[in-house]
Amino acid sequence: MTALAALIRRDIKIALRVGGGALIGVLFFLTVTVLMPFAIGPDLALLTRLGPAILWLGALLASLLTLDRLFTADHDDGSLDLIVMGRTPLELACAAKALAHWLAAGLPLVIATPVLGLLLNLDASATAAVALTLLVGTPALTFTGMIGAALAVTLHRGGLLLAVLVLPLSIPVLIFGVAASQAAISGPLSFGTPFSILCALSLVSFVIGPFAAAASLRHGLD
Amino acid sequence: MTLLDLANPTKFLSLTARVLPWLAGATAIVLLIGLYQSAMAPDDYQQRATVKIMFIHVPNAWLSMFVWGVMSLSALGTLVWRHPLADVAAKAAAPIGAAFTFLALVTGSLWGKPMWGTYWEWDARLTSVLILFLMYLGLIALWRAVDDPSRAARAAAILTLVGALNLPIIKFSVDWWNTLHQPASVMRMGGPSLDKAFLIPLLVMAVGFSLLFVTLHLAAMRNEILRRRVRALQMMQASKPAA
Repeated sequence: MTALAALIRRDIKIALRVGGGALIGVLFFLTVTVLMPFAIGPDLALLTRLGPAILWLGALLASLLTLDRLFTADHDDGSLDLIVMGRTPLELACAAKALAHWLAAGLPLVIATPVLGLLLNLDASATAAVALTLLVGTPALTFTGMIGAALAVTLHRGGLLLAVLVLPLSIPVLIFGVAASQAAISGPLSFGTPFSILCALSLVSFVIGPFAAAASLRHGLD
Repeated sequence: MTLLDLANPTKFLSLTARVLPWLAGATAIVLLIGLYQSAMAPDDYQQRATVKIMFIHVPNAWLSMFVWGVMSLSALGTLVWRHPLADVAAKAAAPIGAAFTFLALVTGSLWGKPMWGTYWEWDARLTSVLILFLMYLGLIALWRAVDDPSRAARAAAILTLVGALNLPIIKFSVDWWNTLHQPASVMRMGGPSLDKAFLIPLLVMAVGFSLLFVTLHLAAMRNEILRRRVRALQMMQASKPAA
């Protein structure tokens, strides 16, 4: 347990210090959201309607952008080999790393959402709905994305390959995240149904993600 | 002859060399019968002759999913039993599966134009097949990104299994998304049950296309084994000290 806590503390520290680059994700999120009105036009009513979708797409792309860092730095300096050979089960270590990554790179996206909601003319309840769905949904993005990150690091290929592999897997999270936010704002459906399915997707990813990532690391690093 | 005997690539090559001509012949015969029957099938009273696209479209769509199943079994073979031919089977199946999926999409779109008035409809089935196609392409990209086949094999096996777990979830969420967006869908599959005049040619075509897949798959596996031998020989040649 102490080993896992130490791993989480270390990962968060590295991510937040100079060169860690966790907050670049938030900056990217902000930039993508600011770009949208330039493409769509400054029509506030339209932006209100598209707001949840824009925020979700931005968060998805931002979390994809930072995923590359989940394993590569540790692989480069050799600490990943130590983690793989250590006595802590690799599945748990992967889960701890993903949790630390989410705390450093995913949670800031959720915290930034209210500010970006203002830019997109979302009212308080809509912003709260989007922030809540992001709070529940971004862990799923991190934990499924971790599979892609683990594959990429064992193959020494990051970047585009990672994006191509991970994006199709995140479609369900996107669908239910946007659906829950829309339902809270205007939709005929209740907020509860898509929201609980979103929670379920996150829980499933907590199981599948660490096991698949650990299997990929164990088979790939030799 | 068990699965383990086939672990020896040389035995596999000699066995498939004997089997392949027969398989190819059977494929050609069944496909010809199926095509003849499809051509002779009566026109639908509503869809007229376009209903015959179904005889190509449905077998392709069914194979698009079946091939992912074959790859998942091969992935288990790679990861669990380390069967030496499993990753060859998985690698050979991916482009064939992508081709079947692509054909299903293209024929579906050609069928959609006269029936629904549009080539593309964000219908639940079409969308999930399109995502399946994207996942095939991602898998092929993964195979092509790495030069060491055994390293690529394990990564691809994990991705295939994750995909197999995820595909039902994706299918479910796309269905849900679709009913949310357009309650009255243009597509009514499985509504009226198929008449025997259509069902028999369809089944024959399904068998024909499945045989086609087995034939192509075995041939592609042979090619892959030979390609690996050539690669091994080239590596040996390159690492030999200059005399």
